[in-house]
Amino acid sequence: MAKPIDQINWHELEIGSVVTETGNAVQYETGSWRSDKPVVNMRQCIKCGVCWLFCPDMCIVRAEEGHFTANLAYCKGCGICAKECPVGCITMINEEA
Amino acid sequence: MDKYSVFSARLIEQTEYLTSGHRACQGCAEVLAVRLVLKALGRDTIVAMSTGCMEIISSPLPLTSWKLPWIHNAFENSAAVISGCESGMKAMMRKGKLPAKKINFTAMGGDGATADIGMGALSGALERGHDMVYVCYDNEAYMNTGIQRSSSTPYGASTTTSPAGKASMGQHTQKKNMTQVAVAHNIPYVATACPSFPFDLIDKVKRAAEMPGPAYVHIMSVCPTGWRIPPEDAIRYGRLAVDSCMFPLYEVVNGKYRLTYRPNPIIPIRDYLSGQGRYRHLTEPDIEKINDMVGREYQRIVKMSDEV
Amino acid sequence: MSTVRRGVEVSIAMADAVAQADVDVIAAYPITPQTHIVEHLADIVAEGELDAEFVPVESEHSAMSVCCGSSAVGARTFTSTSSQGLALMSEIFFIAAAMRFPIVMALANRSLSSPLSIWNDHTDVMMVRDAGWIHIFVENGQEAYDSIFYAFRIAEDPQVMLPVAINLDGFILTHMVEPVVYEDNDLIKKYIPEFKMKNTLHPDHPVSMGCFAMPEIYTETQMSREAGVVNSYPVILKAWEEWGGLTGRHYKPVETHRVEDAEYCIVTMGSFGETAMEVADQLREEGEKIGVVKIRLWRPFPFEELRKAVLGKKYLIVIDRAISFGGPGGPLALEIRSALYNKKGAPSIVNYVAGLAGRDVSRKDFRDIILEGKKKAASDDTDGFILYGLRG
Repeated sequence: MAKPIDQINWHELEIGSVVTETGNAVQYETGSWRSDKPVVNMRQCIKCGVCWLFCPDMCIVRAEEGHFTANLAYCKGCGICAKECPVGCITMINEEA
Repeated sequence: MDKYSVFSARLIEQTEYLTSGHRACQGCAEVLAVRLVLKALGRDTIVAMSTGCMEIISSPLPLTSWKLPWIHNAFENSAAVISGCESGMKAMMRKGKLPAKKINFTAMGGDGATADIGMGALSGALERGHDMVYVCYDNEAYMNTGIQRSSSTPYGASTTTSPAGKASMGQHTQKKNMTQVAVAHNIPYVATACPSFPFDLIDKVKRAAEMPGPAYVHIMSVCPTGWRIPPEDAIRYGRLAVDSCMFPLYEVVNGKYRLTYRPNPIIPIRDYLSGQGRYRHLTEPDIEKINDMVGREYQRIVKMSDEV
Repeated sequence: MSTVRRGVEVSIAMADAVAQADVDVIAAYPITPQTHIVEHLADIVAEGELDAEFVPVESEHSAMSVCCGSSAVGARTFTSTSSQGLALMSEIFFIAAAMRFPIVMALANRSLSSPLSIWNDHTDVMMVRDAGWIHIFVENGQEAYDSIFYAFRIAEDPQVMLPVAINLDGFILTHMVEPVVYEDNDLIKKYIPEFKMKNTLHPDHPVSMGCFAMPEIYTETQMSREAGVVNSYPVILKAWEEWGGLTGRHYKPVETHRVEDAEYCIVTMGSFGETAMEVADQLREEGEKIGVVKIRLWRPFPFEELRKAVLGKKYLIVIDRAISFGGPGGPLALEIRSALYNKKGAPSIVNYVAGLAGRDVSRKDFRDIILEGKKKAASDDTDGFILYGLRG
């Protein structure tokens, strides 16, 4: 777990400012960028995984029953999943609604 | 359903080598392309990346989205940097300083890094024959700095440095054909790909990595921000680019051309251009001209492909 | 253990040293006057005498980029350049230091265009003075040969991890045939053991190198660099001390000649040093109380050693081989002025810029510079600099 950017002292940096912790960007949750969120109609979902395949934010996860849902901590609300879903089971809904 | 020739996302590598928390724009098809390329390359990969969108959004110190060894050095030199990685490891493995292992040495850059500022370094690396894959993510302008034209910006597109105006129709030069520049180096493998066709893309990157020697993969990466389209349409526009023959999917293996996808039917170029803000100003004659240019290039590749 | 004394061109001796250092990667691009170094390395690799990848790049920009890549995977890496080559690669030259890659470079110093000139001065290196490399100046063939070994030793020290540039005067030194003592390979292996880097690019332990920095953290990254360069100082001293113990050849950041009882000193950097000493010896016989100070270590700058050598002297005559246009003097004089400013017993400084682009500076010229400089110092005429030998 990396410290917040404004709390790192210079001598805590690795030589060359190398980052040795891989994939620690998951600390940064991009969900707050979103205005619309995807909502999946589980009854319609055919579990094909196309939404997962095309998600640029790697935020679609497979639920236990084989359905796919968006991890809202990271989902930026681009709407690709809803647009590409072959059965149209994903709807983008305004966060405020 | 007819949108998918192969319909099984589950066949694709599940491991993610790029994590969530990256700061790409909504609907960025370029970061999707990176994600798919990394799935194809797998764990034993080293990535050298040029300065650009993908670098900035994935590595804000002290955070990184990368789960693979990754280096960013400068804008124009990722091909040279990966040459160095490959040469260093080759020497050390030969000398017993490192255990021998097949590693996919991969350099990545945008169209500016590839077709403009880094073209010398790329040409040098391809000519020297390093065992490497170079991936160009072509979003057809300098998007990171705010949508300026590059030599890869297509004819007619309006950018912030080739704006359409009363006395200008936007970019008045033809898109540099980087794929053909790579082919001219007589390297073992050259291909075009698009993340809207993920299976084709993954196949090609795998082949590029497996072939000994240098390989070049040119990926059409839709940029909703720069193309002025809604983010949810990113995948659709990639498909339109291919189906209109604006961006043919093909590979050149040891000099032999093969179209890997033949659009049927070919959709009108207008369907691709309309709806994109960067082409909004185009007149009928402009569209006709683009149609001719696109048709000629596609027929040329069909011909090369059919000769095999 | 055996040593061999050879009469050899300095470039060849340097290349032989690089081979003895068992480097893994050499990135090479031709530019005068460093070309003999990489040509000879190409021969050595082609003959199978050194197992290394010789990467004949398409530009100096790519030469330094290849060096960054090979260094990032932990390979021992060497390159060489001059002048325009350095200018072209300067972008990556800075990055190599920031990313802390222990690359060693022979920098055969040459003037910069325009007008084009292939001859020696120090304009090229002064351009990258602030890049964060360690800079060492050598003045003869033996020093050039030795420098390769201690450069790798210093660069690869886990506390340092910085690139090192060995500056040698183009032609004046690179193309001279000089007697050079070659050390035995066993001694070299002991002095620079196999290089093991802490963080390398490898799939078994992935790291991210060269991340982007926001204003909140950029300052910290720069302090980390500054500390790296400053803290290299004791490591450099130790590397020289051990080398001296092994070979009997001792090096110091500031070399002095007859300064103890000198009233005034001439200060040089690079191959001027030997001529300066000869002329000083002559003048001593004529009753001049002159000493010679030679700066070997340019970065990190040896403030304390310089002060120890010159505080209490009446004045210094500093000879530069580069101009800082519109500035207060040559880069060497500038540095010395600031090192001594406000110090008790600080000598006044007369600054000459001489020998630009290989213009000969003979013993007589040195003598003229010293005697004229003395007069200027006596009359307190010490502002700016004098472009020695300028017509009109």
